[in-house]
Amino acid sequence: MKVAKEKWMIIIAGLVIGVIASALVLLGNPKNMGFCIACFIRDTAGALGLHSAKGVMYLRPEIIGIILGSFLLSLAKKEFSPRGGSSPMTRLVLGFFAMIGCLMFLGCPFRMILRLAGGDLNAILGLVGFAAGIGCGVLYLKRGYSLKRTYRLPVSEGSAMPAIAVVLLILLLAVPSLLKFTAATEENPNPGPGLLHAATWISLLAGLIVGGLAQRTRLCMVGGIRDAILFKEFKLLLGFVAIFAAALAANLVFTAAFSGTYFTLGFEAQPVAHMDGVWNALGMLLVGFACVLLGGCPLRQLVLAGEGNTDSALTVVGLLLGAAFAHNFGLASSGAGPTDNGKIAVIIGIIVVTAIGEFNIRSGKAKG
Amino acid sequence: MVKLDACGLSCPEPVMMISKAMKSGGKEYEITVDNRVSKENVTRYAEHQGYTVSVTESNGEFTLKIQK
Repeated sequence: MKVAKEKWMIIIAGLVIGVIASALVLLGNPKNMGFCIACFIRDTAGALGLHSAKGVMYLRPEIIGIILGSFLLSLAKKEFSPRGGSSPMTRLVLGFFAMIGCLMFLGCPFRMILRLAGGDLNAILGLVGFAAGIGCGVLYLKRGYSLKRTYRLPVSEGSAMPAIAVVLLILLLAVPSLLKFTAATEENPNPGPGLLHAATWISLLAGLIVGGLAQRTRLCMVGGIRDAILFKEFKLLLGFVAIFAAALAANLVFTAAFSGTYFTLGFEAQPVAHMDGVWNALGMLLVGFACVLLGGCPLRQLVLAGEGNTDSALTVVGLLLGAAFAHNFGLASSGAGPTDNGKIAVIIGIIVVTAIGEFNIRSGKAKG
Repeated sequence: MVKLDACGLSCPEPVMMISKAMKSGGKEYEITVDNRVSKENVTRYAEHQGYTVSVTESNGEFTLKIQK
């Protein structure tokens, strides 16, 4: 009975999250980008001046909302648990390369589902690579991969990331002039996805709800496929499927009911996407591999950071650094396709993540 | 009885520990975890394998007695 209740909870949460994601596009977010943890962290990096790509600068309230939604609900449910110390620098590096993979594909695992639900068939190649990457990670888990144990930490330490989220919210609401925002000009009326967003309070509310639901249900895009391979446990995968189904249905309804088009089946001219199948797959392979070694997808890292997990907070910092590097050094793809620098970075990422896997296998002789 | 300490470890590691231990075909295990997610996941896995699970909580740690 309890297992059935858990499964229904995650299905309902997935359905709600899928509808919210599609509604955010209707209300102003870029197409197929109601939520994208990677894109939104990239835009936030731009808003904070960590990179200078003018098309992707906006302090996304959804990110703040997810962290605070998880924080508030974990407090209410007495699950706020400050802890850390499980190979923090390794996690930062894994977060960095997970972002490099995301920006090769142009989306995190969450957006991969939303791209599929918007009819973007390029995301199928991403999904194939993602599943392959998770398979690589699972091989290491089976060989005894571990980033070692966490330790309990003071409340002040565990509260740092939620506090940072509050500060960012205050900056956005009270002194937005300190931040950088994508702006349209006469010469360039469509500078990039940073220009497109729902109203601040709507984005914040959506983030709070999704953060809360993900905290309660432990929703994780990587965990779904990982647990299905490892234990034939499909609970988390149900959330994944529910988000896809709800977003697809909502996109079709919105296309029928409103003037815009929210579902276009095909490979060509998809919003914020490119058609290089090999690199879409390799980018998401890197994401799946790195996230299995991290123990969760970028969404899950935000949620855990909100629950007081400082290892996940550092992973989020790694994601932010990865986004800044990707745009400062020409690693991120665009609608035109991947860059040579990006391809080299993804290959380096796969090598580094493999090395991290090898160096962290517990053997009988290993100490600590 | 096989006793396992999974404190400080996050999923899927505690589930993998109990899964590996269960390959020996034993009837009784005890595993200690220190977070609810691991408690829920280990309980779900053990129940799927046909075991019954009883949980006691003390000082933020959960001790799961797993029996067939």
